[in-house]
Amino acid sequence: MLSRIQFAGTIAFHYLFPPLTIGLSVILVVLEAQYLRSGKPLYAQATRFWAKIFGLIFAIGVATGIVMEFQFGTNWARYSSYVGDIFGSLLAAEGIFAFFLESGFLAILLFGWERVGRRLHFFATVMVTLGAHFSAVWIVVANSWQQTPAGYRIVEHAGGSRAELTGFWQAVLNPSTVDRLTHTLLGCWQAGAFLVLSVSAYYLLKQRHQAFARASIKVALGLAVVASLGQLITGHQSARGVAVTQPAKLAAFEGHYPASAPATLYLAGWVDETSERVAGVGLPGWLSLFVHGDPRAPMTGLRAFAPPDRPPVQAVFQSYHLMVAIGLGLIGLSLIGLVYWWRGRLHHTRWLLRVFVVAVAGPQIANQLGWFSAEVGRQPWIVYGLLRTADASSPTVSARDVMTSMVMFGLVYALLFAAYLYLLHQKIRTGPAENGALALSERTHGQRA
Amino acid sequence: MTADLNTAWFVLVGMLLTGYALLDGFDLGVGALHLWVRKDEHRRIFLNAIGPVWDGNEVWLVTGGGALFAAFPRVYASVCSGFYLAFMALLCMLIFRAVSIEFRSKQRASWWRQAWDVGFAAGSVGAALLTGIALGNIAWGIPLDGRGHYAGSFVALLSPYPLLVGVTTLALFMMHGCIFLLLKTEGELHAIVRGWVRNTIIFFTLSYMMTTMATLLYVPHMTEALRRHPQLLGVAVLTLLAVANIPREVFRRRDFRAFLSSCAAVALLLTLFGIGMYPHMVYSNPAAAHSLTIYNAASSPKTLRIMLVIAMLGVPLVLSYTVSIYWIFRGKVRLDASSY
Repeated sequence: MLSRIQFAGTIAFHYLFPPLTIGLSVILVVLEAQYLRSGKPLYAQATRFWAKIFGLIFAIGVATGIVMEFQFGTNWARYSSYVGDIFGSLLAAEGIFAFFLESGFLAILLFGWERVGRRLHFFATVMVTLGAHFSAVWIVVANSWQQTPAGYRIVEHAGGSRAELTGFWQAVLNPSTVDRLTHTLLGCWQAGAFLVLSVSAYYLLKQRHQAFARASIKVALGLAVVASLGQLITGHQSARGVAVTQPAKLAAFEGHYPASAPATLYLAGWVDETSERVAGVGLPGWLSLFVHGDPRAPMTGLRAFAPPDRPPVQAVFQSYHLMVAIGLGLIGLSLIGLVYWWRGRLHHTRWLLRVFVVAVAGPQIANQLGWFSAEVGRQPWIVYGLLRTADASSPTVSARDVMTSMVMFGLVYALLFAAYLYLLHQKIRTGPAENGALALSERTHGQRA
Repeated sequence: MTADLNTAWFVLVGMLLTGYALLDGFDLGVGALHLWVRKDEHRRIFLNAIGPVWDGNEVWLVTGGGALFAAFPRVYASVCSGFYLAFMALLCMLIFRAVSIEFRSKQRASWWRQAWDVGFAAGSVGAALLTGIALGNIAWGIPLDGRGHYAGSFVALLSPYPLLVGVTTLALFMMHGCIFLLLKTEGELHAIVRGWVRNTIIFFTLSYMMTTMATLLYVPHMTEALRRHPQLLGVAVLTLLAVANIPREVFRRRDFRAFLSSCAAVALLLTLFGIGMYPHMVYSNPAAAHSLTIYNAASSPKTLRIMLVIAMLGVPLVLSYTVSIYWIFRGKVRLDASSY
């Protein structure tokens, strides 16, 4: 249990950062492409500012990511032995194909402005973006295999059983990979887009760096609209996929107990796990309608599963519904933004800009909740239907060891997060360099000397 | 066929970890030397010498870890969980180091910079020591039970031989980092760094000699392969030559050649280590029969084969852009707007 808390804590902390960098990388590509096309220094300035922010977030993403890589072995030794054949391969592929690409070209993106030509620099930015997306691909593939394992067989090996690979592409393109990958990537785009929206809106409100803010907000709003609307499709697809592949999880999402009956779609509610009822506002039959296209289609409910095989319903129900609510809110918000922009009033509508400033938290919270419901909804399994979480931990690691390291990481992460927020705040307050490239360091030196 | 695959993966994982030692070795070394210069400008030059490349260097560790997980899951599971607290400490060090580099120069205040400087140096020294201690332990042998689980305690990992290997690793990285700095600095700072090279070489040579003697005397299974195949002694001789060549090149001011020699020394030392280990991955001590080998700890042949294809596709790509990036950032460090 402690290992689960530790893993959940460190992964949740880690996952504050990669979505931002993945989303930001797309914005960097667009801004730098505009710079290449138009040659306007404004776009160079914007690209450099966001690249610096990207660098800061990336560094913490790497540092906390190394922890994740090794925690599979430290805390989940039995899991590692059981699935290393498959899960390990996917992780290694992530290292070889994604991390090297991303971190290598990041050097040029961050430090290469004075060393390489414009086109090569743009190429590096595109490669960083590609690397960032590849890493999402492989890690989501690996996680999807845990949700819906495929392309494997169970074999006796060295005094225990384990899963061995039988079909690489079957394992990679397992039934949930595509739905979950698109859903995750769009979530990352939203995170990046809303960060840029937030900062740009802040500058517009304060009437500082206006040209820069207008250039940035345009790109970010575009990405926010595309990603948020796309989530309607990918979210729907994911839920339909879960209904087929992990019925217990979907039943927990919606608190659907009857073993086989038409299912209600709840707008909000409260699950009573002892009486197995949900008190809330719901649309009867709508879940069946969404999933099967027929409001009377019966759906598998939680009672079809023995109590030890059910996930914790209340937590999953609430996090799932909150995620959906935030997601719908973000769609609404980006559409409103689009309307105001179209009518040319985006930059002056102060209430909307204020909402944008705080909306940066929206995608972050939704991303966290989404993973929470996906992972907790899979319980009690660590690999769905194959290996229980309780059987996956490290046999040699004592609770006291885990406690010690948890306290250690708790302190380090708290310190880290404080420093991160402080620096981010400083960077945003200082803003982009006004007169092109070299001004940035001189300005910051001048202010703080 | 299976045998060849397992050996291929032993070599490949070894190559990835050697890549890590070669590359992150010098930036850990730079970190260990960081506090010895006092001027802010000099410290910034140190940081910027490794600035564009350090996170790429750490990727070698991540990928090496991934490859170990994929090819030898039982080793990955038993080493990571067996060295639990040591690993957690190592990860903390790496985090500190990484964010110190990133955060330090973002503020002018001297207390801020001093604090992150200490974080950077301590993280680097600690990471180098712990890496060496881990190597020392798997060579010395750790108590494993019949299922490959570690049966000892954290304190037991800090026995004299692993500590000695830890210190040697630190010394090696300091020497390696110092020579790297010769390539990256000029003027006053270059003179300072040049003054250190001899000391780091002496420090390394002493600890290396002690480790060699301790290995010959107390860890016979590590030298068994050399006794059985005397032609492998060639590697040991080459290692000595590479180490001996370093002061010669430094003295003649051929810094790049000195750095190549240092790289060769790191790679050859790890090759010797690999020869001593093969075909074991982790020695079990006292119950030698419980050792993890490249056969009983490996993934299925199918996975090894598929991963080999992935490696064949990926590694040339990785090498090509690693080389181009080092090429783009070659030469002395000059601080500019995008520097730390």
